Amino acid sequence: MSPLQAVPLFIAIPVAIMVVLGSTLTLIGALGFARLTSFYDRLHAPTLATSWGTGGIIIASALMFSVIEGRAVIHEFVIGLCIVVTTPVTLMMLARAALQRDRAERSPVLPEDMQLRPQHPEPPAQG
Amino acid sequence: MSATILTIALGYAQVALALAGCLAGTRLLRGPRAQDRVLALDALYVSIMLLFLVTGMQLGTAFFFEAATVIAIMGFVTSVALAKFLFRGEVIE
Amino acid sequence: MTRLVPHPVLSASLVLLWLMLTRFSLGYLILGTALSLVAGWAYSALHPAKPRVRRWRVIPRLVATLLWDIILSNINVARLLLTEGRGTRRSAFMQVPLKITDENALAVLAIILTATPGTAWLEYVADTGTLVLHIFDATQADHYRDVIGKTYEPMLMEIFE
Repeated sequence: MSPLQAVPLFIAIPVAIMVVLGSTLTLIGALGFARLTSFYDRLHAPTLATSWGTGGIIIASALMFSVIEGRAVIHEFVIGLCIVVTTPVTLMMLARAALQRDRAERSPVLPEDMQLRPQHPEPPAQG
Repeated sequence: MSATILTIALGYAQVALALAGCLAGTRLLRGPRAQDRVLALDALYVSIMLLFLVTGMQLGTAFFFEAATVIAIMGFVTSVALAKFLFRGEVIE
Repeated sequence: MTRLVPHPVLSASLVLLWLMLTRFSLGYLILGTALSLVAGWAYSALHPAKPRVRRWRVIPRLVATLLWDIILSNINVARLLLTEGRGTRRSAFMQVPLKITDENALAVLAIILTATPGTAWLEYVADTGTLVLHIFDATQADHYRDVIGKTYEPMLMEIFE
């Protein structure tokens, strides 16, 4: 427990708040992920974990190690950057795969106008 | 005093993140279709990565950080490969 | 200059990344610079067209708007997940016509929409310029249409086109 005692109180409180916030958001996201009934709804649940869930814990970790080591420790933000850039790729590819499979089997989950790839947008694109 | 606050907060975070991982795991086992399982795997990776970061904070070492980085990158590669397989592997043409 | 450093932004961010992962010292700075130059050459051999950023001034405003939006929608979605909108929440598919066509602007828009909980990017149909979204709360459809069309699209057009 020695490294934790080296943290002064005015740093410990924001660190604790950030950690609790981040993990609670991740837990809420996972709870929703387990409870929601449709795949497209479940697609939204992990974004809670990848936005402020990760953000809170990363900020807390950077703050705490900066104080303990007495220099700016910001390598946690590399993980943040990695998550921010890679999550959209994963989710987009999964969504497209799900959409294609649902269209191929004419799933009733999709509304009528989604059964085919959109061909003509309602208003002509403004140049 | 600050050690107590941090111990409580980090302990809570560990329990919450482990629970989040378990919930993602149930979806991984139960998920009716393949895309649900891939999404669950991705969520599992993220919660375990955060769990590693929090554990590193609790022990006061930076060693867990490297593991967390590797998990973050590997999780991305795995999920993209699986999603690509779902997209290309079962096309009904 | 352009032959030596073909992608200045990429190389600079790689040096920064290198220094973030290690600790700052002269040796690491030199090593990181050398590596990022090599990476820049390798990248220009792979991908000759380089993204053009017209106006750097707009980027801080975009980031600030985005961070605020992320906080708000986090609260919103967390509340909806916990209460399930008392059984009244419905999700919806939504089609948005987009004016931007630049690949990089679309990539940034995809990151923005995914990072904000509540919207999920399903697909973009290039020949019609239609973006298909799935939104978590169907009552917010007009809000998202506004946010995309009036806030993010003009900013991205200013930055990239």
